[in-house]
Amino acid sequence: MSAKERKKRSAETAVKEEKQIAVKLIPVYIMGKRYEVPEGLTIMKAMEYAGYKFIRGCGCRGGTCGACGTVYRKPGDYKLQVALACQKTVEPDMYIAQIPFFPANRARYEFAELTSAPEEVFKLYPELFRCVACNACTKACPQGIEVMDAISALKQGNIAEAARLSFDCIQCGLCTSRCFGELAQYHIFQLARRIYGARIIPRAEHLAEMVGTINEGRYDQILDELKQVKEDELKRLYQEREAEPLAAGEDWKPKDTRYL
Amino acid sequence: MSYLGYPGFFEPYIKKVEQNRPARIEKKKKGEEFPFMSLQERQEMLKYHPDYKEEGRREIKIGPNKGYRIAHEFVDLLEAKSRVEPDKVDLSRVDYEADVLVIGGGGAATIAALIAEENGAQVLMATKLRHGDANTMMAEGGIQAATKGEKDSPYYHYLDVMGGGHFKNDTDIVAAFVKQAPDALQWLESLGVMFSKFPDGRLDAMHGGGTCRKRMHYCADLSGLEIMRTVRDEARNRADIKVLEFSPAVELILNEHGQCAGALLYNMETEEYIVVRAKAVVLATGGAGRLHVQGFMTTNHYGATADGIVLGYRAGVPLAFLHTVQYHPTGVVFPEQIEGWLITERFRAEGADILNVHGEKFVNEREPRDVESARVIKECLDGKGVPTPTKKVGVWLDSPMLDILHGEGRVRTAFVGKWKVYDRLGIDISKAPMLVYPTLHYQNGGLKDNAECETAVPGLYVAGEVTGGLHGENRLMGNSLMDIVVFGRIAGRNAATFAREKAKEGKLTLKHVKRYHKELKEAGIITDRVAPMLLPDYTTPEVKEKQLTVSYLGTLR
Repeated sequence: MSAKERKKRSAETAVKEEKQIAVKLIPVYIMGKRYEVPEGLTIMKAMEYAGYKFIRGCGCRGGTCGACGTVYRKPGDYKLQVALACQKTVEPDMYIAQIPFFPANRARYEFAELTSAPEEVFKLYPELFRCVACNACTKACPQGIEVMDAISALKQGNIAEAARLSFDCIQCGLCTSRCFGELAQYHIFQLARRIYGARIIPRAEHLAEMVGTINEGRYDQILDELKQVKEDELKRLYQEREAEPLAAGEDWKPKDTRYL
Repeated sequence: MSYLGYPGFFEPYIKKVEQNRPARIEKKKKGEEFPFMSLQERQEMLKYHPDYKEEGRREIKIGPNKGYRIAHEFVDLLEAKSRVEPDKVDLSRVDYEADVLVIGGGGAATIAALIAEENGAQVLMATKLRHGDANTMMAEGGIQAATKGEKDSPYYHYLDVMGGGHFKNDTDIVAAFVKQAPDALQWLESLGVMFSKFPDGRLDAMHGGGTCRKRMHYCADLSGLEIMRTVRDEARNRADIKVLEFSPAVELILNEHGQCAGALLYNMETEEYIVVRAKAVVLATGGAGRLHVQGFMTTNHYGATADGIVLGYRAGVPLAFLHTVQYHPTGVVFPEQIEGWLITERFRAEGADILNVHGEKFVNEREPRDVESARVIKECLDGKGVPTPTKKVGVWLDSPMLDILHGEGRVRTAFVGKWKVYDRLGIDISKAPMLVYPTLHYQNGGLKDNAECETAVPGLYVAGEVTGGLHGENRLMGNSLMDIVVFGRIAGRNAATFAREKAKEGKLTLKHVKRYHKELKEAGIITDRVAPMLLPDYTTPEVKEKQLTVSYLGTLR
């Protein structure tokens, strides 16, 4: 079978499989233009079914990269809604438009010079205080983040709370697209998380110790010798290595300490 | 009628899982594990792995690895013509200049760019999609480093990496990797990556498949996202890193001294070709899941189409370990909307069982990935898989166990990314199990390099998934995120040094592409295929038949 045939076959199987579960066609309006697509598909797959080939507006296809922010409206409803195209399933007569890029403001900073003082965040993003607490950001978030609460926390100087609340942010920008106060929440949260991670949570002391031990050359000879070990001997070492039990607590210690 | 959010079809099957859950929990609590396979049993089991299917691959007829048997999908791309006629490109008209050109937009590329910049280089990044749209963003499980000196060391990390890779790995690369991993982790910590920690700052850690110590660190179940967005944010702060998005490289450019001296980019939106001259190049284009090897579904990003393999091979860089491709044991089979989507190994690491149609265990959940996948495929071939209404087959991953083992709310807090996506589809995975099957996940092999990220072409450095050697024939969980950090840093540093000290002025050339075309012809390969592919094509045949004036080959018109 030639490559072309193989490719064609796999494309055909994929389509057939989609048709098995979704034989019923429903109308949708992609950028206002009517297409009939199988029920049950995501907006992304429906657009591909209709013949679109994405350059922008398509990324991980699994809801974690934020590339496919989409605006839609359902018939008889004045309300504009937002979603990720790779996650939202099409509904009959839905009007769909993608937001392939959003020109939001991002502050540039020297991270090494920042402390954990909230005033520094305020200075980089003074628009924080333009928030009118309308909560449109929270309603827009496909990750279900309490966006407005995180912004409120920041306004009160609570960087840690903002970092924790915004941890699931995929930076799709849909909050920003709906924001009355022109905030780029996702860029502001990024700054909060970095400050939290580097300046507020304690550093791992054991990690610093291990780096020190390595730099002193503790493992140089051990690894050099290990590299010379023949495959059979290496297999023996591998099979005989002591395994930390799954249920072991933080205080578990191995019997053999020669290579620590 | 639905049951726990699944169609009623699944009700009897899910009930079997629920019936024996208490007994399985008891065993787990007592520390009774399903026995691990011996090395010999593993070898036997691997016969069921897709890599071992001879009809799935063929010999490549040209280039440095002539005669090497790899998947048809790779050979198709390597036995293809350039997207351009080399003579038509005017290399005297340079559009961009840089000290270091970084090709790729994921973790390895961004980290290389950061370190090259810190070493004094003016850096240009060429990305195919948006900066950060890459497999790194999707990595969930964690990142391995031996950080707890009272029980672990680079020695044990080394043994685990070698064992996972079937002892075939490049030992220099592995040794450099395990030794530099803790420092790389500390660097991420200093950039503000929010690792999951105890209140005193001690890093949370867990087992992964094939680890003998708990050294998998993580950022909830969004480790890759957190690392990627942090390093990207830092890159955006640096004045000397410029990024050209939607401009993938389609050929490397050499100079008359045989050094790598830039690349030809393709602006996918305006369809112009762009000449970049650089003093050194880092190639970090990632993997190949979107080739759908052997028709498998994939966890990979839209842009994972093996571009770097094509570019490097044409320029004369040999391949290593590309005969093995990693199938992650647990990709979603149902619901259809998230088919192929990765379910992190951490569910298994925390104690969730893998179960067949009878709700029985048949494998230890922490075998190396290739063995685990092969075992799942065998169970389904033996007729003991769970059927789906979409005519597929899978096995259960019993996530509700984690709430029972670690306390109510564990799934929702520790696996928040997964929980939310299922929740949108009406399924609460702290109450209902997930249906999974192996899915194409990682390119174990790639372009051959050494522990300094150097290749056969002077001035060309490689890092991350595009390379082959570190993982041997099979990568362990948590070693890919560490791979991009350790070797992204090395590649960035060495490329900056090369740009400063070794790069020579010289005429730019695409002679290697002409030579490659000649080789194709001499080998009797007559084809209209062009590569790199750039983007996969999911256009339906019905639409394609009607596209009379446009013939999509990748995005080439």
